[in-house]
Amino acid sequence: MIMIKIIFIGGNMLNKKFGIVAIASTLSFSSVSYAGPSAEVLHWWTSGGEAKSVAVLQKEFSQNGGKWTDMPVAGGGGDAAMTALKARVLSGNAPAAVQLKGPSIQEWYEEGALADISSVAKQNNWSKVLPGSIANHMKCEGKWCAAPVNVHRIDWIWANASVLSSNGFGMPRTWEEFNATAKALQKKGIIPLAHGGQAWQDATVFEAVALGIGGANFFHDAFVKLDKNALQSDTMIKVFDQMRTMRGFVDKNFSGRDWNLATAMVMNGEAAFQIMGDWAKGEFLAAGKVPGKDFLCASTPGEGFLYNVDSFAMFKVKGSDRQDGQKLLAKLIVGKNFQKVFNLNKGSIPARTDVSLNEFDQCAHISAADMGASSVGGTLLPSYAHGMALRGAQAGAITDVVTAHFNSNMSSKEAVSKLVKAIENSK
Amino acid sequence: MFKWLEKNIPKIVIAPSFFAILVFVYGFIAWTAWISFTKSRLMPKYDIVGFIQYDRLFDSPRWEVALNNLFIFGFLFILIAMVLGLIIAIFLDQRIRIEGFLRTIYLYPMALSLIVTGTAWKWILNPGLGIENVFKNWGFENFTFDWLINPDYAIYTVVIAGVWQASGFVMALFLAGLRSVDQEIIKAAKVDGVPTTKIYTAIIIPSMAPIFLSAFIVLAHLAIKSFDLVIALTGGGPGYATDLPATYMYTMAFSRGDLGQAASSAIIMMIVIFSVVVPYLYSELRNKNDQ
Repeated sequence: MIMIKIIFIGGNMLNKKFGIVAIASTLSFSSVSYAGPSAEVLHWWTSGGEAKSVAVLQKEFSQNGGKWTDMPVAGGGGDAAMTALKARVLSGNAPAAVQLKGPSIQEWYEEGALADISSVAKQNNWSKVLPGSIANHMKCEGKWCAAPVNVHRIDWIWANASVLSSNGFGMPRTWEEFNATAKALQKKGIIPLAHGGQAWQDATVFEAVALGIGGANFFHDAFVKLDKNALQSDTMIKVFDQMRTMRGFVDKNFSGRDWNLATAMVMNGEAAFQIMGDWAKGEFLAAGKVPGKDFLCASTPGEGFLYNVDSFAMFKVKGSDRQDGQKLLAKLIVGKNFQKVFNLNKGSIPARTDVSLNEFDQCAHISAADMGASSVGGTLLPSYAHGMALRGAQAGAITDVVTAHFNSNMSSKEAVSKLVKAIENSK
Repeated sequence: MFKWLEKNIPKIVIAPSFFAILVFVYGFIAWTAWISFTKSRLMPKYDIVGFIQYDRLFDSPRWEVALNNLFIFGFLFILIAMVLGLIIAIFLDQRIRIEGFLRTIYLYPMALSLIVTGTAWKWILNPGLGIENVFKNWGFENFTFDWLINPDYAIYTVVIAGVWQASGFVMALFLAGLRSVDQEIIKAAKVDGVPTTKIYTAIIIPSMAPIFLSAFIVLAHLAIKSFDLVIALTGGGPGYATDLPATYMYTMAFSRGDLGQAASSAIIMMIVIFSVVVPYLYSELRNKNDQ
């Protein structure tokens, strides 16, 4: 532990005319004797089910002789935690493990801050039990530097079962079907799409639509490779056209609404559908709703699987007790037991594919089956809206255009040309 | 020894805060300016590459919206708060009976945090909860007031909430100004049969010029720094329609890992503030030197 104390001492011992200030910085190091494996963990899982999930890991860690130092930083969807992390890394005292995901792992690697945990990965056969495209996020130039916790699926559509059945509709399989169903429901006074007008929610719907209309190759070209041809293609115009149609399906008060309030609208039958990642399932379950009976889950129309993988990046730490603690932590995170218990609490599915899903619900089974199939078929894709596909600045630039289009009368053509420009500008 | 202490104690006492300000205000301004000339992303980098961040900034449609919003919001906020403050102050100046009580009521919004103001107005202006809903329940089915969710008008809701918060404070400033005008002149004018409106427009208000300037400076820097009001009221939305430079800077620095952009936008904000404050300081200092 390095502490920097800055002490101001006013005085003029040296110069009679001017006050001289001495800034003394004292560095005090804590003892370096070995005290068993220990790890400091920075995360922002502080609410309800998430906090419970972390407690599971904490317990398992101490059962294996480790000393866990919890460093929860809530607020701003991780923004506050990232600010804390920057300060810690700049002062040369990074936590052992930090909740990070997607390209931000690589960004921190480029800053030279991440540790190599390949030995743990090799011992525990990570490359066999994790899907290839997810494993790639955990590697920095071929070496393992992070451990995956779960897989959230983004391209879900949730529906109120009784609203659909009483009006004679099923889950839509194409976007045309969705539009037709939505129009019919709207005529009957039901809000077709429960949506919250926050930029990230607009982006969530947008990427589900883009995958559905454009397909996996288009999605990969546009939102992973940022290929200009894909970005300004007619397909992209069609995607924005569909977004404009969807804008007609939301209610008047959607601006600024939180996602869980939108989920509640589906729950109580006020609205029919919501397009949201599988954390929405947690809301349904917490309200005592039963999947298949009270609410329905299906992938949004079209092929593919958009994932959002939470993971812990391992930062360089000093001292063998901390390095051992870090390795132990990495091993436990990818361990079968934690992957099962954590994901039962959080609504997502385990990142490793060999965990028994007996205790999981029907939606998780769909998710796991689709993940396996799409991993083989090459349509397992990173979510751009949730920071898995692109770096912050680029993803933000796309979201700016998407949300500006959704919340105004901008034409699809204009949106596409703005999109291309925004991507250029963000590089 | 004692004499030496007596002579130097003021300097000794001032020195720590002087150096703290030197480092933590001016030092960090210089640091921010430096960062704005680099390609810093997630972490600060120190290789200067020129004006690239400023080019990006002025190419960004979101920054354009933010800057436009600042001028719309700043202009209307300052103008309406001053006019409203002055009118309330003049009404209160009529030696009415429960003046103290009324004054407190008007001044109270200033005691609230802008977060509270923003949240309360968010509910009041929400079409499904607030004013629109109330009117609809009263039977005015066609009444709409949906500025909060209309990207073209949302910035005006920020003006409404801001004016509500600040006009009481401006009223207090003006009331003090009105009271400080020499009563003899007013009495003389009254004896001469000058009508009350003329007394205000020709005597009292012109003699309050310094108060107008102070109110303007206070409101202007409130407007430019505005952050929490927007965050609480609209969250920058719908889309980014109510983004202000301060919220733009926050997003770039803390959500997007784009420190260079954040630094350049902070520097532009500082230039805007300076362009308001420096002429004021200049005139203040010149006046003092003249006397």
